[in-house]
Amino acid sequence: MPAEKKEVADTHDSTSVSDSAAVSEAVFVARGVTKVYRMGEVHVHALRGIDLDLYAGELVVMLGASGSGKSTLLNILGGLDVPTDGTVRYRDHDLTRADDVALTRYRRDHVGFVFQLYNIIPSLTARENVALVTEIARNPMSPEEALDMVGLKERMDHFPAQLSGGEQQRVAIARAVAKQPEVLLCDEPTGALDVRTGVVVLEVIERINRELGTTTVIITHNVSIAEMAERVISLSDGRIAEIKQNRTKRPPAEITW
Amino acid sequence: MLTAMHRKLLRDLWHAKGQALAIALVLSCGVAMLVMSLTTLHSLTATIDRYYNEYRFAHIWAYLERAPKTLLPRVAEIPGVSHVQTRVVADVNLDLEDMPEPAIGRLISIPDRQQPMLNDLHIRQGRWIEPGRRGEVLVSHAFAEAHQLRSGDTVRAIINGRLRTLTIVGVALSPEYIYEIREGDLLPDNKRFGVFWMGETELAAAFDLEGSFNSITLSTLPGANREEIIARLDRLTERYGGLGAFERSEQTSHRLISGELEQLRAMAVITPVIFFAVALFLLNMALSRIVGTQREQIAALKAFGYSRWEIGLHYLQFVLIIATVGSIIGVALGAWFGRALTLFYAHFFRFPWHEYHLDWRVVVPTIAVGLAVASIGAVAAVRRAVMLPPAEAMRPEPPPEFRPTIIERIGIQSFLSQTARMVLRTLERRPLRAAMTTLGIAFAASVMILGSFSSDIVDYLIDYEFHRSQRQDVTVTFFDSTAGRAERELANMPGVLHAEGFRAIPARLRFEQRSERVGIMGVPSGSSLMHLMDDQERRIVLPNDGLVVSDKLADLLRISVGDVVTIEVLERERPERQVPVAAVVRQYTGQGAWMDRQAAQRLMREQDRISGAHLAVDSDQLTALYAALKETPGVSGVTIKRAAVDSFMETYAEIVLTMRLFNIIFGSIIAIGVVYNAARITFAERSHELATLRVIGFSRGEVSAILFGELTVLTLIAIPVGLFIGYWFSVLAVLAMDTEDLRMPMVIEPATYATAAATVLVATIASVLFVRRGIDRLDLVAVLKTGT
Repeated sequence: MPAEKKEVADTHDSTSVSDSAAVSEAVFVARGVTKVYRMGEVHVHALRGIDLDLYAGELVVMLGASGSGKSTLLNILGGLDVPTDGTVRYRDHDLTRADDVALTRYRRDHVGFVFQLYNIIPSLTARENVALVTEIARNPMSPEEALDMVGLKERMDHFPAQLSGGEQQRVAIARAVAKQPEVLLCDEPTGALDVRTGVVVLEVIERINRELGTTTVIITHNVSIAEMAERVISLSDGRIAEIKQNRTKRPPAEITW
Repeated sequence: MLTAMHRKLLRDLWHAKGQALAIALVLSCGVAMLVMSLTTLHSLTATIDRYYNEYRFAHIWAYLERAPKTLLPRVAEIPGVSHVQTRVVADVNLDLEDMPEPAIGRLISIPDRQQPMLNDLHIRQGRWIEPGRRGEVLVSHAFAEAHQLRSGDTVRAIINGRLRTLTIVGVALSPEYIYEIREGDLLPDNKRFGVFWMGETELAAAFDLEGSFNSITLSTLPGANREEIIARLDRLTERYGGLGAFERSEQTSHRLISGELEQLRAMAVITPVIFFAVALFLLNMALSRIVGTQREQIAALKAFGYSRWEIGLHYLQFVLIIATVGSIIGVALGAWFGRALTLFYAHFFRFPWHEYHLDWRVVVPTIAVGLAVASIGAVAAVRRAVMLPPAEAMRPEPPPEFRPTIIERIGIQSFLSQTARMVLRTLERRPLRAAMTTLGIAFAASVMILGSFSSDIVDYLIDYEFHRSQRQDVTVTFFDSTAGRAERELANMPGVLHAEGFRAIPARLRFEQRSERVGIMGVPSGSSLMHLMDDQERRIVLPNDGLVVSDKLADLLRISVGDVVTIEVLERERPERQVPVAAVVRQYTGQGAWMDRQAAQRLMREQDRISGAHLAVDSDQLTALYAALKETPGVSGVTIKRAAVDSFMETYAEIVLTMRLFNIIFGSIIAIGVVYNAARITFAERSHELATLRVIGFSRGEVSAILFGELTVLTLIAIPVGLFIGYWFSVLAVLAMDTEDLRMPMVIEPATYATAAATVLVATIASVLFVRRGIDRLDLVAVLKTGT
């Protein structure tokens, strides 16, 4: 499918990490995205017209209180949900009009997810949880390599119940990055963690973004985390309230809350 | 290579191993019953077909008084007839050393120098008779076994009034006597009825039938019109005292075997269906629960890019593995049962060989049925997993909705404890699941009733037919009808308390285009030894005129009281009369017809003649009576009722015991399967809540009460429901097993209900205690921390 939108820059340096968003390629282009949930008789407007571009290799933090629509937006970007109205494109994929098969394909080939509640399979070891993804991915690293990246090489054969919360979240990150995705979407990755463990997890995410050039979106209600991002997008009541460019990215180790 | 998904599958299965095994066992019972019935049916049918073929079992039989062999070519000329074999058949009294009472021997002639064209014999032991040697006979296997006879042994027989010694040269089997029973008898008695085969020249001479015959058997060409052949044969034999030709379907042994196979076929359907229904429900319940708990896992898998199809397959595999294990256990059990059942049939059916084949044509479809049942059971849950919107599944499940129960709405909650209220609310919140669990437990009770009621029926049937209806101790039959004074002579024999002569008339009853061959029994209208009873089992008195028929015969001819039927007598002058049906009586076995004795004699246009007599006997003087009867000329047979009943019950009691045991096992498997699953699921769903209760100070006992109160309530409701369903399943089974010869009464003894209820209760308690161990081990901290 040819790119129709003029916002889509037609450059070919998408794999290289760039400081400037302007020269980088917009991988996500969202226009007029709305999402309405029907809960019985009531219509809940989760998103009320979002226009947004996300660029290759950038690290974005989406801030917002609960109910601001940030999770809904993340789910739509990740192909887990479709908007009620508006368009979302990922490179040459139209996520708005894709059917389940196409969305599954998209998630399998391009997206890595990290969830607040880890969502790791309790009946599988750390290594097997990662293998779950590498077995179906096109160009994965080995589960061992991925676990090494998050510092869990020694605990690969432990079951989730034998791991701490921070370790479980690192397994979830290893699982998300093992397929070498172009996009890493993290939903409150530190939400269930204490500060120290949370920082370790953020460092891992930051390193993945830096070393693999993965376009990374972290959603959180924690303002402090925003300091590690290149851009901070604030959501409120289903709309983008503010987009802020950080002059300097602060390393996660310096962040506290 | 095991993928991570496979590992997950196997670990999930291992985690739910108790439930999985319980479900697999329920399914295996269904598969086992199906495999057992179908393989036995296939094996028996194949054995019978082969036996009939190789030993040239006849298609048509006719008995007559006496016909010259010159008739033979005219019979052979009938279009469609392939082979003809004439013979001499006669029943004689045997005097055996190993028992005081006389036995009946049926002598059947075989060609002197060759094997019979039809109904050939299989020599089990010894040799064929040699031409020219007098007194050589072959004996039937069943009789030989009952008396431990071997070649070289001798048997004394009264043949045409003369005592003769017969020398056994071999033990034989005949396709005509696979089920060796005398026509008209209800139960086989291999000690008192046996078949002997003797050279034709010698047997014919003994009965003054040289150059003649009194029995003819035919085989027909494929596609021949047998009705037409029978009509022509009847016309040819009429003037020789023909008793009416008949087909295989009326041949005693063949007909009883066919009835048995029909019943087996009926059982092949009914019982497995129940097991499959329960397995289906259990699989649905278990898998729904698993999909419910794995919501977030499913969402994550979808997020990683696993397709709907892969996820559906994953959960389908879960039940397919259970079903495969269940099917394999079922096939093994079924083969074992089938072999046992085939051996059991060997008690009654005599075949030259016993074949049992675990036929893949049965096994493969049965396993397919097992897998299909499992898949159907999984459909709803798999569908839920497949359709689960991943974005929505990221959020935890909303808390269950509770509302005031009916008890609170009508305002009697103050009478109930907090625990009772929790139990009731849970039940009311998921009425469908509560209903299904109840139904599952009810099925356990119903399976036990369905399995056990047949012995109640047999007990009832024996009591009805042999104690309340036929009240004689001994039945004596004569070769030919005799003057009525024979009755008085019998009455004067030692030990005889009362003698009642009867006139038995072979006849064909016709109504509209339908006809049936029957023996009309003429008995004294005030008979004290033969009680006929109506459908309410009240005794009726034989009217002076008119015919009384059994309900089965009335059904077959579609006649009712007031209809006028044609009686075509097949003996002597062969009179034909129109007679009204005076009453229909209840009879569970056979197709009887009765008349007042005098009316029967009027029908035959004869003075006082009888064909035999029923005797009431002082049991202390039986030996003397037997001795006297052995000496009496003209007596062709003595049937001792008690002996027949006892020998049947001896075999039957063993079977009943085994059957009872299996039914208790089957019932328990279902009950445990259902209750254990329900308990596990409730426990898993509510462990968080239960742990909370423990933390705030509830004792283990109180927590168990909440968990199991629910199941206790359901079990108590389920038991009466199950007994009720069991009753109706039994009604269905009785209808399905109704054959021409055996109509079953619908009887279920209170003890059968009680056993079913008790077994279900015990199984419930056992499974609950098993799950209770989980409560004792509940890790309070862990449960509260994880929130799952």
